[in-house]
Amino acid sequence: MSKHTLSVLVENKPGVLARITALFSRRGFNIDSLAVGVTEHPDISRITIVVNVIEALPLEQVTKQLNKLVNVLKIVELEPGAAVQRELVLVKVRADNETRSQIVEIVQLFRAKTVDVSPEAVTIEATGGADKLEAMLKMLEPFGIKELVQSGTIAIGRGSRSITDRSLRALERSA
Amino acid sequence: MPMTEQATGAHHPQPRPRSGGQQSAPEQVTGAQSLVRSLEEVGADTVFGIPGGTILPAYDPLMDSKRVRHVLVRHEQGAGHAATGYAQATGKVGVCMATSGPGATNLVTPIADAHMDSVPLVAITGQVVSKAIGTDAFQEADIVGITMPITKHSFLVTRAEDIPQAIAQAFHIASSGRPGPVLVDIPKDILQARTTFSWPPVMDLPGYRPVTKPHAKQIREAARLITQSKRPVLYVGGGVTKAGATAELKVLAELTGAPVTTTLMALGAFPDSHPLHVGMPGMHGSVTAVTALQKADLIVALGARFDDRVTGKLDSFAPHAKIVHADIDPAEIGKNRAADVPIVGDAREVIADLIQAVQKEHSDGHPGDYTAWWKDLDRWRETYPLGYDQPDNGSLSPQNVIERIGQLAPEGTIFTAGVGQHQMWAAQFIEYEKPSTWLNSGGAGTMGYAVPAAMGAKAGAPDRTVWAIDGDGCFQMTNQELTTCALNNIPIKVAIINNGALGMVRQWQSLFYNQRYSNTVLHSGPGATGTEPSAGTRVPDFVKLSEAMGCYAIRCESPDDLDKVIEEANSVNDRPVVIDFIVHEDAMVWPMVAAGTSNDEILAARDVRPDFGDNEDD
Repeated sequence: MSKHTLSVLVENKPGVLARITALFSRRGFNIDSLAVGVTEHPDISRITIVVNVIEALPLEQVTKQLNKLVNVLKIVELEPGAAVQRELVLVKVRADNETRSQIVEIVQLFRAKTVDVSPEAVTIEATGGADKLEAMLKMLEPFGIKELVQSGTIAIGRGSRSITDRSLRALERSA
Repeated sequence: MPMTEQATGAHHPQPRPRSGGQQSAPEQVTGAQSLVRSLEEVGADTVFGIPGGTILPAYDPLMDSKRVRHVLVRHEQGAGHAATGYAQATGKVGVCMATSGPGATNLVTPIADAHMDSVPLVAITGQVVSKAIGTDAFQEADIVGITMPITKHSFLVTRAEDIPQAIAQAFHIASSGRPGPVLVDIPKDILQARTTFSWPPVMDLPGYRPVTKPHAKQIREAARLITQSKRPVLYVGGGVTKAGATAELKVLAELTGAPVTTTLMALGAFPDSHPLHVGMPGMHGSVTAVTALQKADLIVALGARFDDRVTGKLDSFAPHAKIVHADIDPAEIGKNRAADVPIVGDAREVIADLIQAVQKEHSDGHPGDYTAWWKDLDRWRETYPLGYDQPDNGSLSPQNVIERIGQLAPEGTIFTAGVGQHQMWAAQFIEYEKPSTWLNSGGAGTMGYAVPAAMGAKAGAPDRTVWAIDGDGCFQMTNQELTTCALNNIPIKVAIINNGALGMVRQWQSLFYNQRYSNTVLHSGPGATGTEPSAGTRVPDFVKLSEAMGCYAIRCESPDDLDKVIEEANSVNDRPVVIDFIVHEDAMVWPMVAAGTSNDEILAARDVRPDFGDNEDD
C-alpha cells in the first residue's frame, strides 16, 4: 500500500466534486484525504487527493479514469520530495492552571498557535506535514484531547513552474 | 473529508460566439422550443419517449416539428433500448426522452447498457421545477446523481439560454472518442422560460480531448512484433465496428495473414465466412478462437477490452502472449491485462497506420511466417467445429431454428438478441458478414433488449429486415413495445426461442447445481417441476398475446414446418411478425468455459475437453 498525492484541476462547476468522489467509490479506490478550493483562476478549482493504492498499476487506473471525466482539466502527481504538503489541525486540549504552561511549551516547540483559551481548555491551530502534526498530537494526547478537526492535505510543487498555466490556456481557447 | 463543496457557486464562463462561425440570428422562443430546435439542428430525426408532467412543455413544440419524429413507446426502458438499437443500426446518436422521477429511473437500465457497450445515446429527462429540486417533490428523482456512474457525462440545465449548448455538447460527447450515453436533465420551469435561440452554440469543453491519432513509434513497434511473431491473433472488439474500420481491418488481416477473432460486440466487423476468421472468443466462443488466444505469442487487441467473458480466469489468460493493445480509451489499456505496446487512438486510424507499417516491414524483408500456426489452427477448426445435436424426440432444435432464420434472411438483415442461450446461439449460428448487422447487450447482459432494440433499428433503417431473436424469458420483459411497432409502422420480426425456461440459468443449474431447477421454469405444463420435458411457455399464449398487440403471429413446433414458417414471416411486411418456436428445453450452449475458470479448461461439449496434444508431457 502506498500513498500518492494528486493535484486535480477541474472546471469550477456544480457537481464536479460529486463526480470525482463517485468515481473513487465506484472503482474501489481509497481516498485518504481530500481538499478543494478555487485557484488563481476563478473558473478552475483544484482538488488535492491523497489516494491509497495497492500497486503502481491501480494509480494509473485512478488517473486514467479521472481523466475521462469531462470536467477534469489536468492531473498531476506531486512527489513528496518535489512538493510542499501541508494540512491544518484545530485541536481543543484539556488544560488547567497546572498543565497550561506545559501545553503552551509544546505549542511553541511545534511552532503552532494558541487560538483560544478558557479555564478548562486551550485551542491550538497547527499546520504542517502529516508527520509533524502526528508528533504534536502525540505530545498533547496525555493532557486530554477534547476535540480534533483536521483538514485534507493541500500540496504545491516546488520551484517556479505552475501546473495551472497550460490548463488556463486550454480554458481560454475553448471559450 | 470536507463535507461542503467549494467547487460550486462561482460564475460560469459566458458563452461567446466563435469567431468566423456562421451563427443564426437569435430567435425569441421558450426553453422547450429551444430544445426542439436544438434537436433539429444536431440532426436528431427520431426520438423515442413518453411524456409526463415535467417534460410536458417539450412535447408541445415537438408536435409541430417537421424534422424530429417522436415514437411513443409503452415503457421508458423500451425508449432507451430503441435509441441504442437505432444508434447502432444507423451510426448516429440515439435519442430517448422521459419525464422526471419514474420516467427517468426507467431509463437507468438502457443507459447502463449503452455505457457498457459504448453506444452513443442522449437521454433527455424532465426535472421538477428548479425551486422544488431537493424538496422530495412529486416525481422528483436525482437522475443526474443516479446515472453518474453509468453516463459518459451529464448536464443539469439551470438556465434556458444554456439549452442549445447542452444539447450540442451532449451529442458531441456521446458520439466522439469512446462513444457513450449522455444525460440532459431539464427542469420544467427552464423549459417554460422565455429565451433566445441561436445556432451553433459555443462548445465549452476544455477538459474533453479524445486522442484519435496513434503514436507512430508504437505503431512501428506493433508492426515489428506482428511480423516477428510466430503465433499472432488479431483480437477484434466493438471499437472496430464503431470506428467504421472494417474495410481497413480486412486489408490488415489479409496483408498479415494472421487469424482474426471477433468478440460478441464485433460480430460482422470481419466476415464470418473469411478463411482468416477463427470465430468468437470467450465463454461460449469457438474452440479454435479460445485456443488460439491461449496459445498465441502475440495478441493484437483492436478496440477490445479484455472483458472477463473473453479472458476467463485472467491469471491464466494467454500466458505466452505479448500484447499490443489499441483502444481509443486510455483507461482500457492495462486495466485488465498489461500491454507491451499500448496504442491510444481511433481504431480506423490505428489500423490504417498499422497497414503502412506492416507493409514497410514486408518490404524490409520481414514478411512474417505463420505456416506452422495455421496448421494448428486448421486442425482445431476441423476437429472442433461449432455444432449441435438434433433432439431425438422430434422436437425443434433451438440452434437449428436460429441457423435457418439466418440462412433464409434477406441480404442486409439486422439481427438483435436478448440475453441468454438464444443470444449465444444467435452469435454462433448466424453468419455475420457485414458490420452493425448484429445488435445485442454484450457488457450489461440486459434481458429484454431484443424487441425494443429491433424496433429502434427498424425505425432507423426501415428498408432493412430486422429480426429479433428472443427467449421466452426475455420476451416477457419488454414485449409491450410490439404495440408501439404495430401502431407506428415498424414491422420487425421476432423469433421467440421458447424452451419454457430461463435457459441459460437452467444450463448453469444443470452443470453446477445438480440439476436443481430453482425458479427457472417459466411454463406450467408437464415438467413444471423440471422432471418431465416441457412444451414451452404457454401462459401467456405468445401467439394470442402478439395478435392482441397487432402483430401477425404463428407457432412452430415441428422441424417439418420450420422453413415454411420462416419464409412466411419474411413475406409479411405490413406489420410486426412474431413466431413462437417451441424448442427442446435441454439444449445447451457449447463450447463453454465455466465462469472463473481458465480458458484452458474449455469444454467443446459436456465432459469433452479438446485434445490439444498438450497432455503428452504430463
